[in-house]
Amino acid sequence: MAILRTEELTYVYSEGTPFEKTAVDHVNLEIQEGEMVGVMGHTGSGKSTLIQHFNGLLKPTSGKIYLDGRDIWEDKDKIRDVRFKVGLVFQYPEYQIFEETVYKDIAFGPKNMGLDEAEIKRRVLETANDIGISEEMLERSPFELSGGQKRRVAIAGVMAMEPRVLILDEPTAGLDPAGRDKILGLIKKYHERTKNTILIVSHSMEDIARFADKILVMNKARLFCYDTAVNVFSRAEEIEQIGLDVPQITRVFGDLRRSGLDFGKEVYTVGYAKELLLKKLREKEVR
Amino acid sequence: MLKDITIGQYFPGESVIHRLDPRFKIIITLLFIMMLFTGDSVWCLIIGAVFTVMSILLSKIPVKMFAKSIKPLLPFLLITALLNLFFVSTGEVYWQWKFLKLTSDGVNISVFMIIRIVLLLAGSSLLTYTTSPITLTDAIERLLSPLKKLKFPVHELSMMMSIALRFIPTLVEETDKIMSAQKARGAELDSGKMTTRVRNLVSILIPLFISAFRRADELATAMECRCYNGGSGRTRLRQMNCSARDYIALGITVLFFAAVIAADKLIPNIF
Repeated sequence: MAILRTEELTYVYSEGTPFEKTAVDHVNLEIQEGEMVGVMGHTGSGKSTLIQHFNGLLKPTSGKIYLDGRDIWEDKDKIRDVRFKVGLVFQYPEYQIFEETVYKDIAFGPKNMGLDEAEIKRRVLETANDIGISEEMLERSPFELSGGQKRRVAIAGVMAMEPRVLILDEPTAGLDPAGRDKILGLIKKYHERTKNTILIVSHSMEDIARFADKILVMNKARLFCYDTAVNVFSRAEEIEQIGLDVPQITRVFGDLRRSGLDFGKEVYTVGYAKELLLKKLREKEVR
Repeated sequence: MLKDITIGQYFPGESVIHRLDPRFKIIITLLFIMMLFTGDSVWCLIIGAVFTVMSILLSKIPVKMFAKSIKPLLPFLLITALLNLFFVSTGEVYWQWKFLKLTSDGVNISVFMIIRIVLLLAGSSLLTYTTSPITLTDAIERLLSPLKKLKFPVHELSMMMSIALRFIPTLVEETDKIMSAQKARGAELDSGKMTTRVRNLVSILIPLFISAFRRADELATAMECRCYNGGSGRTRLRQMNCSARDYIALGITVLFFAAVIAADKLIPNIF
């Protein structure tokens, strides 16, 4: 069964003022449990608005969201439980850090859940380990840490609630390549260990191609497509038409195809491209 | 929640009111406020109301927006009106219970006060609704410029005002973001016990202060990079020019003011 499902989800900002704007327009979507989903779309395409509906931070203007088959707005008082089940890490999450020590900041979410001290401690230590924060760091002030470390502390703060769905809005924005790879690698490992559903919003097609099983593309407030990575990137031309990038390797293979060397449309990782090329070269040698 | 704040918000438009010279708009608004508090006959209020409604219609801003700017102050208005209603003891007594008295003066004062304040709020919101904050502070600087002779730091003051105004929406947005982020971590901000809610405020204030300081620092650097060194010798991108339209608007306001004074002196109060 789908863990998250939306039905004609629509959200209008500042309804009834001159600034009225439809940010999400009749979106129908089903996300299966355990999937790793990449979310792409232009700035202002509605992707950030869409993901804020999944944990009930925004209430749809019309339409419904189902978590585990239950309408999340059925009982307004239970919306906090939805937020514990669907963890949302915002863009630049390090700006939400406020506690005196890293430990306390990671423990903020679990504490709000009303867990006991022992359980909180277990979760903080486990997520700290997951996200590469040493025990020595836990007792330091989060404001002494580097940008990348702060980012990881903030992500740990959401992970420690052990949500069944983890949504990250551009977790690597503004980081150097090393910091970016580190965070993406840790998220990947977390996914393998917990088998939880993960949604990652990203502008980097390379990242999405490397990690996501499925890709969700938003364009002008509407759902452009939601499909497996292979199927999405085989529509490279359409995706470039709406102004988004495809992975560099897909572009290279598109150029190759146009100059008469067709390897099919579903090339989007360097590894797969290498295999294809080697196979082709071997065929040549045999001949 | 925070998006509902409309005080100080600017609605871009092309109406006559939008295009008035901001200096004239400020003067007109001041005259309007004086006009509202001149005289105590009902005619004065009616003239003031006509002036307000006329200006609102001319501005082409939805009437709903004005209702929104008045709404948050409604409880205070009602409380003061009630106090006036029962504690003013002069005039004809309609009803009495212990120390509470309902008198003709009490009724008059509270009704007048409500209407006056509603008009005052509507009229002054019109100024900010139709003038962008930057133009407004520019105009204030120009109006206050005679004070420069007295070594009063007019430019610095208006720069501080424009920076403050400029950053209200930014900080509101920032607060909204931080609130969302903490809510996503299960912080109870608009439900739950009062004590937890107050405690959770800390989780918003600390990041907000940190970001405000960071922004101030960045802004100062950016201004220095562009060789900002105060007001002397600075020219303006937008020159303010007053035209016939502005004098006509001012003339109309003065006429209304005169009408209010005349009504107060000549027409006997019907109450």
